[in-house]
Amino acid sequence: MCTLIAEKIRVEGSGKGTNGWFALNQANVSYDHPFNAPFEHALNIDFVNEAQGLSARVAVELSASAARELVHTILSVLDEAEAGGHLSKNGQGY
Amino acid sequence: MYTTDMYEGVHAETVSMAGANGDTINAYLARPLGKGPFPSMVLAHHMPGWDAWYREISFKFALHGYVTISPNLFFRTGHGTPEDVAAKVRADGGVPDDQVVGDLAGAMKHVRALAESNGKVGILGTCSGGRHAFLAACRAPGFDAVVDCWGGNVVMRPDQLSPKMPVSPIEYTKDLSCPILGLFGDEDTTPSPEQVNLHEAELKKHGKNYEFHRYPNAGHGFFYYHRPSYRQAQALDGWEKVFAFLEKNLA
Repeated sequence: MCTLIAEKIRVEGSGKGTNGWFALNQANVSYDHPFNAPFEHALNIDFVNEAQGLSARVAVELSASAARELVHTILSVLDEAEAGGHLSKNGQGY
Repeated sequence: MYTTDMYEGVHAETVSMAGANGDTINAYLARPLGKGPFPSMVLAHHMPGWDAWYREISFKFALHGYVTISPNLFFRTGHGTPEDVAAKVRADGGVPDDQVVGDLAGAMKHVRALAESNGKVGILGTCSGGRHAFLAACRAPGFDAVVDCWGGNVVMRPDQLSPKMPVSPIEYTKDLSCPILGLFGDEDTTPSPEQVNLHEAELKKHGKNYEFHRYPNAGHGFFYYHRPSYRQAQALDGWEKVFAFLEKNLA
């Protein structure tokens, strides 16, 4: 909110919050003040399901360099999975 | 000045108050015990939410003799832990400026109506709360002093404006009707030293009663003892300046 840099995307999957596993349907990505990480600003991702209330949230707060490394690693892992025949042409896993 | 032979007492609790559009919202109210009359403070909480730090400083102001109210500016987002509520507000791009100004004006009216009020009401905010405090002091008549602690986005680019934040707060500087104290860290990026310069120039241009202090080796949030941004010497000096400013304008 101080940086005004925040975006939302639809996602599907599951997350484990304070009350156990729940279905995720949205990720909120911001570069703003974190609540806990020891930085003035962090790359914050909140995986949420707003229909289940404000506590249905799995939060991560990453340094900018860690966030970039995570993105590269996710893409690398997905590329490897695709090369190994584990992903269909529409990107879904088998 | 407090001495060890003095009686001291504070009553602090959550209360309901009328906010923007007459909506009932909750607030934290800390009152020095005694008949008064006491000056009052409205605290505009920061982006991390209506959290423990704001309850603590409400109590701190009450210990210094101020009836202090901190309205829950995220009330309409729902209830949960302060972090869960603030995370939702962050994702939604903040809360509307008009609504915040209405809530802060409601808080001002609430404390001014108390029997022990001396009629003077100041407002302080940190981070986004500094911006909100400045907005309220410009747009809601009746505040007697405002303290802006490192308020970000007082100076906004056109591409940052939105339906919730349609006007860059600096545009309201001409309407400011009370003295302002500003505390800023030279290493901050929201606001940057250049943005603080622009704000100071605008205050000067309109002949406002202002007092800006900039601290070297400090960034954003240098009062926050629970964060790495804490700067002990700068924070102690800043608090002294806050209470000296309020004593001068609200006593």
